[in-house]
Amino acid sequence: MERRKFITSGIGAGIATGAAITFGGIDNLMAGNSAAPYDMVAVRGGEPDVMFDKGIEALGGMSKFVKPGQKVLIKPNIGWDRVPERGANTNPILVKRIVEQCLKAGAKEVFVFDHTCHEWTKCYKNSGIEAAVTAAGGKMVPGDSERYYQKVEVTGSSKLKEMKVHELLISSDVFINVPILKHHSSSKISISMKNMMGCVWDRGFWHKNDLHQCIADFLHYKKPDLNVVDAYYVLKQNGPMGVSLDDVITMKSLIISKDIVAADAAATKFFGKNPAEINHIQMAYAAGLGEMDLSKLNINRINL
Amino acid sequence: MNFLLLKRLRVGISVFFLAFLVLLFIDFRKSFPKEVYEWAVSLQFVPSLLKTISVSGVVAFGFIIVLLLTILFGRVYCSMLCPLGIFQDFVSWLSGKTKKKRKYKYQKAWTILRYTLLAIAVLPLLFGSITLVTLLDPYSLFGRISTTLFKPVVVVFNNLFAAGFAKADIYNWLYRYDMVPVPSAILIITTFFMAGIVLAAFYRGRLYCNAVCPVGTFLGFISKFSIFKITLDKNQCTKCGRCARVCKSECIDLKTQKIDYSRCVACYNCLTVCTDRAMTYKPARSEAIVKPERVAPTAAAKSKRAVSDPSKRNFLITGIVGVAALYGFKAPEIQTEPKKTKVIKPKGESTVPEKKTSPVSPPGSRSVERFNKICTGCSLCVSACPTKVLQPAFLEYGLIGMMQPHMNYRKGLCEFDCNLCSDVCPTGAIVPITMEAKHLLQIGQVHFEKKNCIVETEKTDCGACSEHCPTKAVHMVPYG
Repeated sequence: MERRKFITSGIGAGIATGAAITFGGIDNLMAGNSAAPYDMVAVRGGEPDVMFDKGIEALGGMSKFVKPGQKVLIKPNIGWDRVPERGANTNPILVKRIVEQCLKAGAKEVFVFDHTCHEWTKCYKNSGIEAAVTAAGGKMVPGDSERYYQKVEVTGSSKLKEMKVHELLISSDVFINVPILKHHSSSKISISMKNMMGCVWDRGFWHKNDLHQCIADFLHYKKPDLNVVDAYYVLKQNGPMGVSLDDVITMKSLIISKDIVAADAAATKFFGKNPAEINHIQMAYAAGLGEMDLSKLNINRINL
Repeated sequence: MNFLLLKRLRVGISVFFLAFLVLLFIDFRKSFPKEVYEWAVSLQFVPSLLKTISVSGVVAFGFIIVLLLTILFGRVYCSMLCPLGIFQDFVSWLSGKTKKKRKYKYQKAWTILRYTLLAIAVLPLLFGSITLVTLLDPYSLFGRISTTLFKPVVVVFNNLFAAGFAKADIYNWLYRYDMVPVPSAILIITTFFMAGIVLAAFYRGRLYCNAVCPVGTFLGFISKFSIFKITLDKNQCTKCGRCARVCKSECIDLKTQKIDYSRCVACYNCLTVCTDRAMTYKPARSEAIVKPERVAPTAAAKSKRAVSDPSKRNFLITGIVGVAALYGFKAPEIQTEPKKTKVIKPKGESTVPEKKTSPVSPPGSRSVERFNKICTGCSLCVSACPTKVLQPAFLEYGLIGMMQPHMNYRKGLCEFDCNLCSDVCPTGAIVPITMEAKHLLQIGQVHFEKKNCIVETEKTDCGACSEHCPTKAVHMVPYG
């Protein structure tokens, strides 16, 4: 689909002209319970770092999630050898600000890694994330050798009974998930839950054994302490890496939530789809791993 | 002339090239930009010659420089540029450090063997087989020794240290690396060559270079006529034997006070030990080229002459065949010049077991046939390939292409935005391709075996193929 055609289509128009359909919906839900602590913050209209500052402030600040002396692991999507504008990887400006905020909150060390799809050094470099993290004082960690992964059991899951996860996932105190919202040819949409696939060694197992179920099953092992969904550049088609810039629209948005299912449900709506259509979101919700019904959440919407 | 300085210069240059090439072949951290690769291997004789012949419009100057150097100074390629030669010197040096101080002595040349090997390496080129050149070319052989034998050792130590650092949460100095195991047949062949060369070098110095190596034989022939030569002044020489004891080529015959220039690798060891001022390195006078004097022809000298004549004949025959062969393998290249990718036809009905009908050669090789004729299997591309998709072949191409790289999609994928193998290939077996050309290049054609697809067999979503397709030629459709 060409960009022009896409913009003229209904969903695209909704998103491109201000996300009236989805954001409007979220906005309406908020009326009346803004005094209670928020389950989710949705920010729109700013640069990635500014939006994160505003968003995390609304959730009580980074110190609510990171305590002094803790070891923090940040997991962005760095899967592809693509520049940030292509919308295939998490925005480096956002990752940088999260690292800075963690260190400011007193984190002892901040590690950033992904098990990439393309050759990892090129992904780290061309995504701009390596430079951003290093500049902020964080540390890039390789994830490209099986030797970094340790076997863990998954209890309560239906298909994914054991897997090898990156050793830092086991040893870190705080785990922050920073996916990018994008179209995905395998899982239809890639947000927070799909981003967890970059924590494991054998992704092929997931593909072979009901991909959606395995994505949902991962949460039985671990749920991130915080999910920050980057929706600044959004890859609307030809995901997960895109063919050209024509696949990307600029939405300048951000969703932050402790609840990974809720974050994905909101982002899915944002993308113009119904969360119940996305199997892994539906499965995770059904297994009680998070909230899919946005009407039950207290959402703070910030328009910059 | 200060011969010690000359020798030190030789040692300096050779250590630099050996270290540099070893690093290049064992590097798994992509430490070198592609220009470094091009530069580092540009002076290797066989690859440079092949590149000039195989890639139209490209003249790789390396082999011309080597030829000129040989005409000027003798086999300096063998002593300073050839990594396998320098490696043998290293082994010899170690052997000299052992308790029994090892001494060389003059040995007769294995003339028939070396010219025969040169002939049988070059002759098959006529029929499009480069296999023996692949096996014997010193640069390519050294490349394989480095990647299949040295690299794993380095990786094992790297991984040990990296694991230690990781325990202390230090990840940015060293990182762990997963090596793709080398096919055991290739490991055995390479180990066999390595063991043979190490043994030969330990006891007999440059025996490989002077008995087996086709490049050594070829350059040895030329160096008979080189301008600068090590000469022995018979009036000064007291036949003390110091020079012969340090001669790695075992080519200084003190009985006749002659040096076999076809075997001398210009290491200059003899120059530095001569206490009689009998040895010099200078433009040879015309008499040096003139046939040896024939005063009192001993039996040994007779037999030497007897073999020296066929050697020249052999050489000429080899040369003619060689030229014909090079011409012969250039001809089909022109025919296949239009970018022709081999059409892969699935064998009959789709079957559940995977049936590969064709090996896949690297992007830029133009066709499997062309690639098999030019690649000497040095494995530089295998070492440089960031995704490990390029692996040395065992029988994928048949015997003819053993040790040449092929695309092993079980080990990795060929990235859309990568043309590194074409940049580093020193022989032109992989033609340099621009990124634009790479984006439009069809390396092969995928055959979709629907009966094997997870979406069909498990009725669950997968899409891994489409996920990795950079052009979305593979895309998902609603199913089931």
